[in-house]
Amino acid sequence: MDTPPRQLSGSVCPRLPRGVRLTHSEAQGGWILLAPERVFKADGITVEILKRCTGETNLNAIVDDLARTFAAPRERIHADVVNLLGSLADKKLLELG
Amino acid sequence: MTTNGASLSAPLGLLAELTHRCPLGCPYCSNPLALDRRGDELDTATWGRVFCEAAALGVLQVHLSGGEPAARRDLSEIVKGAREAGLYSNLITSAVGLTPQNLAVLADAGLDHVQISIQDSDEASADHIARYKGASARKRAIARDVVRLGLPLTINMVVHRANIGRIEPMVDLALSLGAGRVEIAHVQYYGWALKNRDVLMPTRAQVEEAVRQVETLRTRHHGQIVIDAVVPDYYARFPKPCVGGWGRRSLNVTPAGRVLPCHAAEVIPGLEFWNVREHSLADIWRSSPAFLAFRGTDWMQEPCRSCARRDQDFGGCRCQAFLLTGDARAADPVCHLSPQHALVETLASAGQDGAYSYRSF
Repeated sequence: MDTPPRQLSGSVCPRLPRGVRLTHSEAQGGWILLAPERVFKADGITVEILKRCTGETNLNAIVDDLARTFAAPRERIHADVVNLLGSLADKKLLELG
Repeated sequence: MTTNGASLSAPLGLLAELTHRCPLGCPYCSNPLALDRRGDELDTATWGRVFCEAAALGVLQVHLSGGEPAARRDLSEIVKGAREAGLYSNLITSAVGLTPQNLAVLADAGLDHVQISIQDSDEASADHIARYKGASARKRAIARDVVRLGLPLTINMVVHRANIGRIEPMVDLALSLGAGRVEIAHVQYYGWALKNRDVLMPTRAQVEEAVRQVETLRTRHHGQIVIDAVVPDYYARFPKPCVGGWGRRSLNVTPAGRVLPCHAAEVIPGLEFWNVREHSLADIWRSSPAFLAFRGTDWMQEPCRSCARRDQDFGGCRCQAFLLTGDARAADPVCHLSPQHALVETLASAGQDGAYSYRSF
């Protein structure tokens, strides 16, 4: 199923809703996103993005921070962040405040 | 550490059956026919210890279930125990027994998520299936309270012959209640559901239509609600990877403290189950005979033993293999590669209308 490329406004303030949290588990081999009756393995990039989704920082600032921290091209980071946040929001794992 | 040809994995989920008491009589209940008595139930402190031991083993989520978990007067203490152990808690409830007040107490105690069962979008049918007049109205009211409290809500709908034609209104109902997720849970035949199989079994045409409906609804409601649905295994080509593999990803503690690899395991003769009153959970997970019995792949017979999918679906369900073929080591006959698959095809077309044997003590 093809969905159109995601558009997200730079002013949205994403955050994990109640009932969704990021946790580290040695036994389970790394970072895990806990959600209603499901768990998702979270890779390094996902963790870096989600750590910044506090509800107080907007998308533009998150992308700026990541681009700076990882010395990576802003456009690339922007695309990755929008893809991740969009797919999490579709699964009700993220609120775009 | 290797056992039975597999290294020991850490469990991810704990199903905590807090009680077998329940005000409803749903004929598809997966609890065993021999329900645990109230007098044998584990106390609050023991559940707290079990949760700590589960977390130490690597468990991340606990599903507080039963019976009806709200029948436990100490439910908020149990929820606190899960929170203190660092576990994510899911309440799996009929909502009958919950009030807005005690729900708020549970939310404060740290409950993470609530799953409410709804028997049908048609209220008269729903109350008939549950054998409880007024259940449907109560569930809808409590569902709204869950959402008002800011807790995520899942609506679980067990689908069978009586309601399989109402997938769309059932999903619409879940949406209207503010659920983030709906489970279209085609009935599985264990416990009371097995006893009532002939009157729960839909037709193949109904199942195919239900599968089409779900796909349409997923597209329509993309981003608004998550629809979890799996093709019922009697109609599938390959078996389900039951509980993610025996003794691999999850464990079940019964109200009286027996630890099972899955909720139906007691139907298999010759298995020895250990109790949390006598053993630590780690000990049980690692060494109890019931857990060792079908962990890994060494126990497999053909066609599973040399099958390319054996590490994907683990030969399907041991309990179902036993219940349908008499041999717990056989391939789950829902698999089209099983020599006994014709049996499942016969059963799948043998549904009929009739009265339920309602769940009761």
